[in-house]
Amino acid sequence: MKVEDLVKFFGLEVKAGDGQLHQEVTGGYVGDLLSDVIAHSLRGNVWVTIQTHPNIVAVASMKELAAIILAGGREPDPETLKKAEEEGIPVLISLLPAFELVGRLYQAGVAGIVSC
Amino acid sequence: MEQTEERYPFHNTFRIEGGNFTHAGSVSSQVKRILKEERFPNSVIRRVSIATFEAEMNVICYAHWGILTLLVFSDFIKVAIDDEGPGIHDVDQAMTEGFSTASDKIRELGFGAGMGLSNIKKVTDEMVLTSVVNQGTHLEFMVKVFS
Ligand SMILES: Nc1ncnc2c1ncn2[C@@H]1O[C@H](COP(=O)(O)OP(=O)(O)OP(=O)(O)O)[C@@H](O)[C@H]1O
Ligand SMILES: [Mg+2]
Repeated sequence: MKVEDLVKFFGLEVKAGDGQLHQEVTGGYVGDLLSDVIAHSLRGNVWVTIQTHPNIVAVASMKELAAIILAGGREPDPETLKKAEEEGIPVLISLLPAFELVGRLYQAGVAGIVSC
Repeated sequence: MEQTEERYPFHNTFRIEGGNFTHAGSVSSQVKRILKEERFPNSVIRRVSIATFEAEMNVICYAHWGILTLLVFSDFIKVAIDDEGPGIHDVDQAMTEGFSTASDKIRELGFGAGMGLSNIKKVTDEMVLTSVVNQGTHLEFMVKVFS
């Protein structure tokens, strides 16, 4: 599954990183505390969060995440989008609250970091 | 090869303002850019960036101000951060995953998981943390280029 498949399937709004949507999604992680995401997310994961400041892009880039999905219709800061374009990190918006979004992503086959 | 010997080591210093969340992450971004320009392996850049980001955020979250020194050698990268601030009462406790004294305000901004120092430990080859209460904290870490 690719980032662009999630965009289509969930009607996500693409705010940045248009050219990076072909990336393969390895799974997902959700969290609003950056160091927790640094500690536990895996390369190629989509990251669901409600944080909107530029450091989410720094985290996604350092962890080589496939995309950031902002839940609950949160709008990213302009600085965040600028940085996301520079770093080539897709920033997507879902209108669904985080719980609903993650539930549906999971149902669609996006696994978590624990393989069971 | 001779050129390499002349090129390294070099160093850069950066000032970090405590409490200034507006530019949070800018020092680690600059460090990352420097290492990219030097064409270090991606894994090295990522590990130094993560550790530097966590260290920078700790100065911003908890200290008054600090200086970060980046030392670039051909075969390892060393970063030292010295801050003036409240210091850490119990360094072992601070290193424990999940331990945090972050305020609600800091948490709202996405910090305070209590994972920063353990992340630094995980991604670096050497790490030293010392602190004097009511004076400040010294952190240094090293990442080998070939490991
Ligand atoms: N430079 C510092 N000066 C004073 N106290 C510090 C400093 N760095 C860390 N601490 C103390 O150590 C605790 C643990 O730090 P650590 O970076 O592991 O987690 P955190 O900053 O609380 O949360 P996170 O890094 O996950 O956002 C902090 O909550 C703080 O009490
Ligand atoms: Mg921290």
